[in-house]
Amino acid sequence: MSAQHSLSRVARAVAAKDLRIELRSRVVINQVFPFAGLVMVMFAFALDNDDVLTRVAGGLVWLATLFSLIIIIQRSFAVDTADGALEAQRVAGLDPAGIFVGKALAVMVQLVTLEIMLFVAAVVLYRVQLNADGTVLLVTCVLSATAGLSFVGTLYGGLTAGSRGRETLLPLLMLPVVAPVLIGATRATESAFTSGGAAVSDGWPWVGVLVVFAAVFGLGGILSFGSLIEE
Amino acid sequence: MSSVVDFRDAVVVFNGFPALAEASIEVERGEIVLLQGPNGAGKTTLLRACAGLMPIVRGEASVLGVDLCVDRQSVRQRVGLLGHANGLFADLTISENVLFWAQMVGASEGEVASTLHRFGIDGRLAEQKVMHLSAGQKRRCALACLVVRRAELWLLDEPHAGLDAAARDEIDAIIREASSAGATVLIASHELERSRGLATRSVSVIAGRVVS
Repeated sequence: MSAQHSLSRVARAVAAKDLRIELRSRVVINQVFPFAGLVMVMFAFALDNDDVLTRVAGGLVWLATLFSLIIIIQRSFAVDTADGALEAQRVAGLDPAGIFVGKALAVMVQLVTLEIMLFVAAVVLYRVQLNADGTVLLVTCVLSATAGLSFVGTLYGGLTAGSRGRETLLPLLMLPVVAPVLIGATRATESAFTSGGAAVSDGWPWVGVLVVFAAVFGLGGILSFGSLIEE
Repeated sequence: MSSVVDFRDAVVVFNGFPALAEASIEVERGEIVLLQGPNGAGKTTLLRACAGLMPIVRGEASVLGVDLCVDRQSVRQRVGLLGHANGLFADLTISENVLFWAQMVGASEGEVASTLHRFGIDGRLAEQKVMHLSAGQKRRCALACLVVRRAELWLLDEPHAGLDAAARDEIDAIIREASSAGATVLIASHELERSRGLATRSVSVIAGRVVS
């Protein structure tokens, strides 16, 4: 029986379910994407200097991503807790590691879509330059940073899902933990944009940091998610 | 044949309080047992303990042959607990909710279709989002999820709550059908008139103890 509730089966079903819910409700598309775009525009108004904007473009994209991540994670767990569906999954003995991986995968898909939009906005609004080597670095950075953010977000989303004041608790707990991703992804993105005199090769060590971060929190989540959602 | 539920002097502590105090109950396969008693007597705790959600701190407890003092996880896949919440995804349709659970046990689409038909939630209704359904339709959908999950022990906490008379009759018919198909059912309810007619046996839960 336990083989029937295997990690991959549960992960696939949970990811498909979360993405289908998002496609139906369009909360991320209709609310989070415009919010993130607005953040980018407001930064452009606030800084109002092409040189400064080009230099800080990477950091602004990742800050907008972090703010959006909070909303995406809260939404991801809200649909599960509204009618006791998260508890139903726990009660039914679904592999918690599968639930964790499935929810993180769905968050990853939403975040990558958002980041593509944000980087296009950065090119248009902040006039950043991107060559072929920089594009390879940027894609690798986006994938590894997104994996790390999704794993941490899902882990802390599960931790705060049943608690009172989870709307404020989630960012308070999660943002300090994802600070290394913000730093690493910003440095790697600056290198990809060759802004501030940075070389593309300078960004690869930061990608290494992002990969290690994602691996640690991915493994940590797989091992501990069951205890987090258990009473 | 061993009992589906076999608790002997089981103690469950909730928030430092013995919610089950040396409770003993034995339930055989196919029985529909009504748990009656005042609020806070331990009915919900007994159901949750049967589902492996609460640790047994003293005494003996086994469900479907699994010793809950040793292993509370493996029994969960064979048990269906339906509490006050339905455990459904509001943005998905009835058929998508049932399919989600069917995927977990490898149930076929034909199995899902026949379950939806049996529960009267097939056709155009099956393509309605759960958020647009009545309380009775949501309850039927939740019970259909238990069926496709192939739950052998149904633990129902106030299954008639919030439903009109017609919906209650439908729920009773579903429970009888599940029982005749081999499922064992424990119902905690305050609807004593209705539930006594449905149950094959009733027991009282008073101050954490089960009284026949």
